[in-house]
Amino acid sequence: MTTLSASVVCGGYATAELIVKGVDLTVAPRELAVIIGPNGAGKSTFLKLLAGLLPKRTGDVSIDGTTLPAGDAHAACERGVSFVPQERNVFGSLSVQENLEMGGYLLRSGLKSRIEEQLNRFPMLRGRLRDKAGNLSGGQRQVLAVAVALMTNPSVLLLDEPTAGLSPAAAKEIFVLIRELAASGLAILMVEQNALLALEYGTRGVVLVAGKKLRDDAAASVIEDDEIRHLFLGRAAPEIAHRH
Amino acid sequence: MTTSAWLLEVNDIRAAFGGVRALDGASFSVEQGTITGLIGPNGAGKTTVFNCISGLVEGFAGAVRFDGIDIARARPEVVSRSGLVRSFQLARGCPRMTVFEHLMLYGPKQVGESVFRALANPGVVRRQEQALRERAYEVAKRLRLDHVLDNLVTDLSGGQKKLLEIGRVLLTDPKMVLLDEPMAGVNPTLVDEIADQLAAVRDSGVTILLIEHEMELIERLCDDVIVMAEGKFLTRGSFDEVTADRRVQECYLGVQLQ
Repeated sequence: MTTLSASVVCGGYATAELIVKGVDLTVAPRELAVIIGPNGAGKSTFLKLLAGLLPKRTGDVSIDGTTLPAGDAHAACERGVSFVPQERNVFGSLSVQENLEMGGYLLRSGLKSRIEEQLNRFPMLRGRLRDKAGNLSGGQRQVLAVAVALMTNPSVLLLDEPTAGLSPAAAKEIFVLIRELAASGLAILMVEQNALLALEYGTRGVVLVAGKKLRDDAAASVIEDDEIRHLFLGRAAPEIAHRH
Repeated sequence: MTTSAWLLEVNDIRAAFGGVRALDGASFSVEQGTITGLIGPNGAGKTTVFNCISGLVEGFAGAVRFDGIDIARARPEVVSRSGLVRSFQLARGCPRMTVFEHLMLYGPKQVGESVFRALANPGVVRRQEQALRERAYEVAKRLRLDHVLDNLVTDLSGGQKKLLEIGRVLLTDPKMVLLDEPMAGVNPTLVDEIADQLAAVRDSGVTILLIEHEMELIERLCDDVIVMAEGKFLTRGSFDEVTADRRVQECYLGVQLQ
């Protein structure tokens, strides 16, 4: 059971200005926190800062009170943080099997049983083990990326738009699965533009605008906030909610 | 309806990659002046159809006719010059260019592209470029990219790259566009606005074939919806018709059947 904590985190890329401007956030075990916000708000950058992928970071990122060094993705990974980026999240020239093996690179033993675990979780991958990941459809690739991230048996999962490119049926399946993962004890932080559906499955909603946290509340109350609905969930939102 | 209303006709396309049969005899047509949705489960072959149409797949079987001309297996630049332009699911762009430079690349029929004509008609080139600048700026503003015009494409967020992808397509002055999940990763509020713009693009005479998983968008925009599954055409009709089809509900929408 691991808690991820971020305190006054700032950061960005080498060439540009600060993208994330002082965000505080704690994600406890069994929580599924959903970050929503406009394009370019710094949502993906924030996840990358937490995963140790960007060297330019100030503020504190810690796992159960132990600070993770900035720009050290290996340290984050060893401490149980798994990150699924939005793009280029699998090795296209490797087979599905090889991608899963790469995900388990840090495992000293039990690689086979861990792969079997993922195949039970995502049956659609079983028939495709020998196919190159580059030949999977966009949605199948996304499923593989989540499976690869789970290979290290992480305690903190960072997901950048896991349902982008998924059919409505597949998106719901992924959300159900993510909710189950959270319920089993993982701390999960997820960026989603499929915001309304994500909030329905999430426990918490975090609104990020221009690099700053605007709101952090129970998912249900974020959904019901008229202003947030209007600004970030689209004006047609009430109809969608009605339909589900 | 007479056959001349079909702008794009795809007939019995078959394609396989490394033993996986991605397309298994897919056939459909798209009517001129419509927004037609192309939906189906992940792995149904939707993007592969786009790749075949736009000349990115070598050695597929079947026929593709656009505007009465056979374009099957034509080179990508030949297809796009014929007025059929596409967007990509994973927007990459040219990494060392700014957003504005990137948009300027896609102005059609620029006299200045030929050195000789550029030297011979400096006035024409200048006026054309000025007009293109204004259009690029206008498109960027509509897509909320005007404040990042001088940023490198690599510095854009995932969603902003998708918006640039739409902008790029709009600037080419096409007869028809193939949009591959243009809204995935775009904020819902902006999705609404872009939907309005796509409707306006259709009303200006451009035909659109749209792959999208956002059903609210398909319902709102599409005059006609084609459903694919397992590399084949499954059914077509209005949004209400196809979503009432039990096969579509089961394989795509994830509705639990009683």
